[in-house]
Amino acid sequence: MNWRFIVPLFLTLLLCAFLMIPVGLSVTAGLTVNFFQGVESGLTLRWVAEVWRLYEGTIYLSLLIAVSCLGVTLVLGVPMAYVLAKRRSRLTRLLEELLVMPVAVPGLAIALALLITFGGFREFRMSWAFILVGHVLFTLPFMVRAVLAVLSSIDLKGLEEGARSLGAGFFRRFFQVVLPNCKSGIVAGSLMVVTLSVGEFNLTWMLHTPLTKTLPVGLADSYASMRLEIGSAYTLVFFLMLVPLLVALQWLGGPTSPRRRSSIDPNRRRRP
Amino acid sequence: MDRRDTPFLILLALPAVIVFSAFFLLPLARLVMVVGEGRDGLATYAVVLTHPRYLESLVATMVLSAGVTAVTLALCGVVGVFLTRNRFFGQRLVVAMLTLPLSFPGVVVGFMIIMLAGRQGLIGDLTQALTGNRLVFAYSMAGLFVAYVYFSIPRVILTVMAAAEKLDRRVEEAARSLGASTWRVTRDVIIPGLAPALVSSGAICFATAMGAFGTAFTLATRIDVLPMVIYTEFTLNANIAVAASLSIVLGIITWVALAIARSLAGTTVSAAA
Amino acid sequence: MTGPGLDIRLVACAKTFTDGTRALEPLDLDIAAGETVVFLGPSGCGKTTTLRIIAGLERPDPGGRVVFAGRDVTPLPVEKRDIGMVFQSYALFPNMDVAGNVGYGLKVRRIPAVDRRRRVAEMLEMMHITELAARSVDQLSGGQKQRVALARALAVRPRVLLLDEPLTALDAKLREELRIEIDRLLRNLGITAVYVTHDQAEAMALGDRIVVMERGRVAQVGTPREVYLSPANPFVARFIGTLNVVSGEAADGHLHLPGGRLALNGAGSIPASGRLSVAFRPEAVAVIPLINPGDQPHPDGGLIGTVTAAFFLGDHIRLVIDGAGESAIVALAPNHHRFTPGDRVHLAVDGGAMPFAEG
Ligand SMILES: Nc1ncnc2c1ncn2[C@@H]1O[C@H](COP(=O)(O)OP(=O)(O)OP(=O)(O)O)[C@@H](O)[C@H]1O
Ligand SMILES: [Mg+2]
Repeated sequence: MNWRFIVPLFLTLLLCAFLMIPVGLSVTAGLTVNFFQGVESGLTLRWVAEVWRLYEGTIYLSLLIAVSCLGVTLVLGVPMAYVLAKRRSRLTRLLEELLVMPVAVPGLAIALALLITFGGFREFRMSWAFILVGHVLFTLPFMVRAVLAVLSSIDLKGLEEGARSLGAGFFRRFFQVVLPNCKSGIVAGSLMVVTLSVGEFNLTWMLHTPLTKTLPVGLADSYASMRLEIGSAYTLVFFLMLVPLLVALQWLGGPTSPRRRSSIDPNRRRRP
Repeated sequence: MDRRDTPFLILLALPAVIVFSAFFLLPLARLVMVVGEGRDGLATYAVVLTHPRYLESLVATMVLSAGVTAVTLALCGVVGVFLTRNRFFGQRLVVAMLTLPLSFPGVVVGFMIIMLAGRQGLIGDLTQALTGNRLVFAYSMAGLFVAYVYFSIPRVILTVMAAAEKLDRRVEEAARSLGASTWRVTRDVIIPGLAPALVSSGAICFATAMGAFGTAFTLATRIDVLPMVIYTEFTLNANIAVAASLSIVLGIITWVALAIARSLAGTTVSAAA
Repeated sequence: MTGPGLDIRLVACAKTFTDGTRALEPLDLDIAAGETVVFLGPSGCGKTTTLRIIAGLERPDPGGRVVFAGRDVTPLPVEKRDIGMVFQSYALFPNMDVAGNVGYGLKVRRIPAVDRRRRVAEMLEMMHITELAARSVDQLSGGQKQRVALARALAVRPRVLLLDEPLTALDAKLREELRIEIDRLLRNLGITAVYVTHDQAEAMALGDRIVVMERGRVAQVGTPREVYLSPANPFVARFIGTLNVVSGEAADGHLHLPGGRLALNGAGSIPASGRLSVAFRPEAVAVIPLINPGDQPHPDGGLIGTVTAAFFLGDHIRLVIDGAGESAIVALAPNHHRFTPGDRVHLAVDGGAMPFAEG
């Protein structure tokens, strides 16, 4: 044990504290009768119930949008990734570049552009589909990237030629050979899309209407206008919603875990 | 080649291309045009430079983002390398804790800072107990700074750890065997080895801080960062042309930051965003 | 579809890739039904390209035609050609188990499940991999993978089987074992087979005929015997087996070399005099150890040289001899002799075994 170990260790623990203490405080506050007086005032689920009464709709809408967003990005993104993997030309590179632009351009700008262009279509503007459009734009690059990463790590050309030599036509190849072999990318991309969609605020705040409030919009609303305990309880509900997604992501493995690499490379899959 | 696949491939790409053109390219083009249609025409673009309030907020946002990037890179560089080089009890838990906030949206991060440094926050309680004065900085630029660091740590640490794992330890050992001090090894071997990861995650960090809106919105509507200014111009002042021109300027800055980083790091930066 | 293979005819098949690479000069070739033709040549000579043109994975340049049993299949893509194909990289589907892979072509052809299962079992048995049926293809060794790939290609009873360096990724022993098996299969099935390799031993063992290619051109087509014993040109001779080439002055029916002279009786039409090169195989050289320092070359033709290296290879000894020609000569000797570097030897070359001579 020397300072070369102690100093960074201390820093590491400090960062952990910095990140985790507010989470702990917020969870506590959400379950405390009166946070100002402290935990001594007693624990309660009253605030959670209150949140449910006030904001139940936002949770359902967020889930609805996330699932729809997943559906749309699957239908649009997976075939697109396949096309990008199969044809490496200047045109497809440009396409790829354009497709990932919504990640680089601030959500505010995209939202503004959408409002200016489609704000006049009242039906559309007032419906949750308007928010869905923003979410799809923002999450599509992640789906395309995740699937493309897997497609470029497998011997796509060889597999397809193998299938062709056995008589398989285009769509048979796509559904029976290509899709099953990029499953890991599709799963990773899907988790990413759902997580991002559930938490999206920058675009959504601009696109929402009083009747189309999502969970993060509701959160911002409660932070601004409700007592601290309610904001905290609402945050707690949000954390609970994230748990299954985070567990699934963890199970797939973070970018640094060896399991992640093997899930990407079908030639190195786990043995049962 | 399999040229007869081409019609099918076009068919597969078509839905994405249509949706993307209709809902992204077209609106973006409209956004650019709206600026020209404003009261001052294309001169609206210059407003960000000529109008002191906009210029100040642009400079403030850039300084803030650069500061956040520098601090986050320094912290995560040390901690990320440390976590890949050492094995200790509870390490997996530490990594899990450091990456948990990855999925927190900006609003929630803002709220975390309120819990920490807000009116009823922990730091306030502690400082009051120690000095008698309540230290409350959540609702200011300082609060935003801390919030953005909070937001960026999980992302940067993952990238640094992935890069540090790939570093060849033998190079380091060779440098030590040649008599290099820890400081020299860090400067000459570790930092250059991590450079691509630092550059790309730093660029993402900078771009995210430039464009983030939720956190500032939660902390205070009075913080004059560019996204807040754009929001105010659009919703309160209905100054659509200015809001559009400012958001285009903002978009160009973040896009350029990512593009520069990508050409420096030689990897697809936006992939990790 | 069952039964003997069909005949293949390539007419003026050339290939220029979009980047301008000329991979294949116009090639004409007839492959008889049931024949095994091996394409042999150095890396980049266009073997794979030719195979892919036959398969339908590449289209020949305009004017080229591929004809299967009298039917022009040039416009047909690979999936319509009813061929079987085996790839160097196996190209097995990781998302299916072994049985799934073998049965895939049958599924594509909408063969009922019952028949499919029976056929898969038959194929697995033929390739001796019945016990692997339910395995994932990631869990197979290289040899097992290639057996699965063969079974998969043959399951649909193709009338043409195309194999692109199927054994190159395997180690030497496995290569030999599978080569024998492939040979047996091709003979039993009577299928038309086109086999690409850069290994001359494999080509000799498998091919009814060998097509030797050089830089996009056919250098020679012939039986293994013809290609080895009567190579059409120095490239073919050198590519297949070891070749000694000696140069000297020709005079009165002999080639004069530093270590003596060679009789030129068998070397075809050759100039009577002047500078001349002659080629012969190591096994055409008879080696006799010399005891006495004063020994002279045989008056009818013979060379004297010094052993610089001797390799005992089990069934024979491989010698490298200096001083006989201007450069080293490789010769084979029976394994009961003993040679050590420095030994003087007498070399006699069978004149009939000199495949060609150049002025
Ligand atoms: N898709 C392609 N585009 C451009 N050039 C190609 C393409 N495929 C092959 N070539 C070129 O065509 C030539 C012949 O290639 P081919 O693959 O037929 O060689 P080969 O005889 O099979 O070699 P190897 O033994 O290395 O497999 C080579 O020069 C190669 O670089
Ligand atoms: Mg080849």
